[in-house]
Amino acid sequence: MIPEFGFGIAILSFLVAIYSIVAAIYGATKKSPSMVESARRGMLLTFPLLTLSAAVLIYLLVNNHFEVAFVYDVTSRSMPTYLKVTAWWGGQAGSLLFWSWLLSAFASAVTLRKWDRDVEFLPWVVVICSVTLVFFLGMVVFYENPFTRYWLVNGNVEPHMFQPALATLFTPGDGNGLNPLLRHPGMIIHPPMLYLGFVSYVIPYAFAMAALITGRTDDRWIRLTRRWSLWAWLFLSAGLVLGGRWAYDVLGWGGYWGWDPVEIAAFMPWLTGTAFLHSVMIQEKRGLLKHWNMVLVIMTYELVIFGTFLTRSGVLSSVHAFANSPIGPLFMGYVSATLIGSIALVIYRWPTLRGETEMKSMLSREALFLLNNLLFISVLVICFVGVIFPLVSELLTGQKVTVGPPFYERATAPIFASLMFLMGVAPLSAWGNSTVKTLGRAMWKSAVLAGIVTVALFFTFTRNYIALAGFFLVALVLSVTLQEFWRGVRARQRAQNESFFTSLVRLMGRNRRRYGGYIIHISMMLMAIGILGIELFQTETQGTLAAGESTKIAEYNLVFKDVASWDNNDLEVNFTRATIQVYKGDQYIIDLHPRKDMYFSGQPMSIPGVYSNLQDDLYILLVDWQPISSTAATFKIFVNPLVNWLWLGSVLFLLGIIFTAWPDRDPAEETSRRSVTRNANQPSAAD
Amino acid sequence: MKKFLYAFAFVFIFSTFFTGLALAQSNVVTDDEVNAIAHKLYCPVCQNTPLDVCPTDACHDWREQIRGMIAEGKTEDEILQYFVDQFGDRVLSAPPVSTKFNWIIYILPPIIILAGAIILFRSLREWTTPKTIEAGLGADGSESSASQDDYVARLEEELKKQK
Repeated sequence: MIPEFGFGIAILSFLVAIYSIVAAIYGATKKSPSMVESARRGMLLTFPLLTLSAAVLIYLLVNNHFEVAFVYDVTSRSMPTYLKVTAWWGGQAGSLLFWSWLLSAFASAVTLRKWDRDVEFLPWVVVICSVTLVFFLGMVVFYENPFTRYWLVNGNVEPHMFQPALATLFTPGDGNGLNPLLRHPGMIIHPPMLYLGFVSYVIPYAFAMAALITGRTDDRWIRLTRRWSLWAWLFLSAGLVLGGRWAYDVLGWGGYWGWDPVEIAAFMPWLTGTAFLHSVMIQEKRGLLKHWNMVLVIMTYELVIFGTFLTRSGVLSSVHAFANSPIGPLFMGYVSATLIGSIALVIYRWPTLRGETEMKSMLSREALFLLNNLLFISVLVICFVGVIFPLVSELLTGQKVTVGPPFYERATAPIFASLMFLMGVAPLSAWGNSTVKTLGRAMWKSAVLAGIVTVALFFTFTRNYIALAGFFLVALVLSVTLQEFWRGVRARQRAQNESFFTSLVRLMGRNRRRYGGYIIHISMMLMAIGILGIELFQTETQGTLAAGESTKIAEYNLVFKDVASWDNNDLEVNFTRATIQVYKGDQYIIDLHPRKDMYFSGQPMSIPGVYSNLQDDLYILLVDWQPISSTAATFKIFVNPLVNWLWLGSVLFLLGIIFTAWPDRDPAEETSRRSVTRNANQPSAAD
Repeated sequence: MKKFLYAFAFVFIFSTFFTGLALAQSNVVTDDEVNAIAHKLYCPVCQNTPLDVCPTDACHDWREQIRGMIAEGKTEDEILQYFVDQFGDRVLSAPPVSTKFNWIIYILPPIIILAGAIILFRSLREWTTPKTIEAGLGADGSESSASQDDYVARLEEELKKQK
């Protein structure tokens, strides 16, 4: 009975969402506020309904209802309760319901706001959110139903939602259990973060479409969704960072980012989202680029759907998996339909989206922001072609190919370097007008400083010219950005007679978006240090050591002590743990325990032994050992220089976004474009 | 300073050398030599996993095969070619340019990016050109005239480049 109840509620919310679409369109076209209100309430109703449906699913997961196919697939008796709950998004059917639930939560939150003077947007925002919700819920209801149960039909076990004739319910004794790789804390938070990011980008898209449909194409929609897109960006970024950390901790290849199609699927909307964050500022300050911002929001939305499709349809393992499940064609159909519809709307409103002012100089901040957009889109193009190409190749030529990290690294490295250079220049350029002369005057000190740093590194650290170019850019951006803080504080101090710290705090508090952005730039540079370190200077070695034998890598001496192996029947896993003493020179530092967990299901998992400091990570993997004697073992040892700057930068990055996105005390805060234009000739610290 | 560097390099090279020796003891071909080649190959079974880190038994066997081939004196290219012949192009980290079709992936992104850049610079020019005369109506007269000169010079340069 319980699964039927959960399924029934899901169907009900599906129908309510359809009603909301119809009612909202009717209400908007016939100018009937009561219909619009009814549609809004329908939208609000989907949230408690889906919460109930999800609660039923969680109930089934937690209480070992293995007769439900989804529960059987993702949980087992031995899993702790919290993992059973998080198994909700551990499989396809559950994660689609999770997606729908999040979307209805966000859509409800947005429809609850005071609409006052934006009331004409309301029905269309409801329509767009509901259409998206109907699409995802439709998949849950018709194709990927998490409530499907196993039935014994003529001696065969078959999954069906409702009892077939003459069938009896089949309840397996235990479930498959969640893939152990997915039991890492990072993996528990990482998917919801990505989904949160994905789902929250639906909101800006909904407002953009509402603006196009109603013809209110001024920058109101951007102001309304600015915070949404920042929070969406935060979640997506957090998802990416956590995914990287998870890969580093669990996947056992000493890296954090493998340019895997699944990673790229999440990275692509992040790229357009980042471009959007920058280009909306041009529209807000200068009234330019309205077409382009629309296009970026549309692209982000479509990439979100496309990313879900890539990771969920099985198309990545084989194009033919695509044809076997109805999910793939449905996603493609939905993406094509919404894309064509949105672009048609943009073209229809093209004349009203014209810029309000002209651009004055190719070095103005808006021109540099455009360049930034071009670079982000270039990375997107490379990623998109790289992900799509193997599929197209398999489809058209029958030849499977791999597009691996070397392709992406070579193609994107110069673009990332250009982006870093822009980060060093753009903060110094002014809205409206800048010249080589003004820029040069603002930049030369930082450039000289970065040059000195680079020369110092040349003599002390490395002669790798790529690394030197990278570190030059890092130093340049850090210097320029910190100088911006310094200049702002000094200006305040002169005017206000405050202490340095009061000035700094007030300065940042008053211009959170500007200084939050700078914090994010600084964090990007810290991450760049880490990435340069591990990508260019990683050393690795692999070999077999007998007990008591030692080996050396970089400046570490490693002594292999012993290796032990034991079963843990509760967790259904066999642990093999080695002990390695780490010395730096003769100085004993720490014992490391690289581990190999072999789950009874046959899934192996390598847990590295890691010694971390700001200089590098000593990262040891247990590759193999002699099962009988246990006196010799094979290790793979990495020294990853500077990699912890990547993690430090990641933390600062997320803090920077939170600082920027944190709600204002006064939500009606508006930046006046006029005051900015008046000051447009000076690189002012007050915008 | 330089002496120190040389000493450092010396120690570094020797330490890595001896690390190799210490780890090699039992085998003629070290794991590092195997991994260096395996890293350039992709597991023919698992998705997007380089052969040197793939934990499956099949990949273990393939690594042993590489070890055998190195011991036989085969070059890296021969070994890579062997795997391509066995399992197809998918074992390589990027599509080889041997087929015309694969050229698409190397040519398409630059074309799109270039097209984007051209569109961007054309639009920028279109937006900026009519403003030349009014440009720099700032408070500071000398500043704006200087910037205007700069600006005109840069425009000229842009035009020259276009031709």
